[in-house]
Amino acid sequence: MLELGKYADAILWSWGLTLLLVGLLILVTIRSSRKVRADLQAAEERRKNG
Amino acid sequence: MSQSTTNRSTKRSLGQRMNALWEYANPVKFMALSGKVLPWAVALCVITLVPGLIWGFFFTPEAANFGNSVKIIYVHVPSSTMAINIWVMMLVTSLIWLIRRHHVSALAAKAAAMIGVTMTVISLITGAVWGQPMWGTYWAWDPRLTSFLILFLFYLGYMALWAAIENPDTAADLTSVLCVVGSVFALLSRYAVNFWNQGLHQGASLSLDKEEHVSDVYWQPLVLAIIGFGFLFVVLLLVRTRTEVRRRRLHALMARERMIDA
Repeated sequence: MLELGKYADAILWSWGLTLLLVGLLILVTIRSSRKVRADLQAAEERRKNG
Repeated sequence: MSQSTTNRSTKRSLGQRMNALWEYANPVKFMALSGKVLPWAVALCVITLVPGLIWGFFFTPEAANFGNSVKIIYVHVPSSTMAINIWVMMLVTSLIWLIRRHHVSALAAKAAAMIGVTMTVISLITGAVWGQPMWGTYWAWDPRLTSFLILFLFYLGYMALWAAIENPDTAADLTSVLCVVGSVFALLSRYAVNFWNQGLHQGASLSLDKEEHVSDVYWQPLVLAIIGFGFLFVVLLLVRTRTEVRRRRLHALMARERMIDA
């Protein structure tokens, strides 16, 4: 086990928060990309079908 | 005579090459190219970011002055570097929009803002968490910290302006001007320590000056982590810009549907 000493709290907070925010950003980006792509596909279909 | 002809043809080919570059501002060409580039960018992101972070967290020794808190630089420095450079990228794309009116460049700036604000938040919070044990305070009105806070507010203002204006071209115009103004603070965030030799924040962790530079055992994983964050930005930027291009097309189709219904 990695020994972080007296700065363990600061290190774990910094890394935990960074990974959380980057993870959220990736998640939001993928979800929004999928939603817009699906909406666009549906709109294109409606246009084709008149 | 033959030499001047050669020079002219060289100039022409350079000009033609530059014009060929602008073709990628066309949304259709951008979508095709970015679709091809994206898987490579994802692969490069994974092979640089994951080892960089693992190396920095698990395999770096305790520093003489900072103890194990030195491990925070592997998230703090890359996020700070990205926060500043993303604004610079937004400045370039905003200027392209203002000068050449390429829609993809305005959408790329819009897409980058959310990534930039996230990096700025990470930088501010990890800096504060590191500052408490080192300086005895989470926050000080130090030139670099203050300019970073102002940069964060500019990011928020930029995103709010995009959200508040309905006409996309007007929104792109106004946000581009805001981006140009905010660039002063992006530069201050980078060079504040050099301008004012005061404040708590130490000098740059990476420098061409050997005296200022952190030692090899720390900077090698740090460089890898910074490159990894850079590729992460490229991946997220491509995905988000592609989404914005699609959203623009979706809005056009929906407006057309509404006109037909009316």
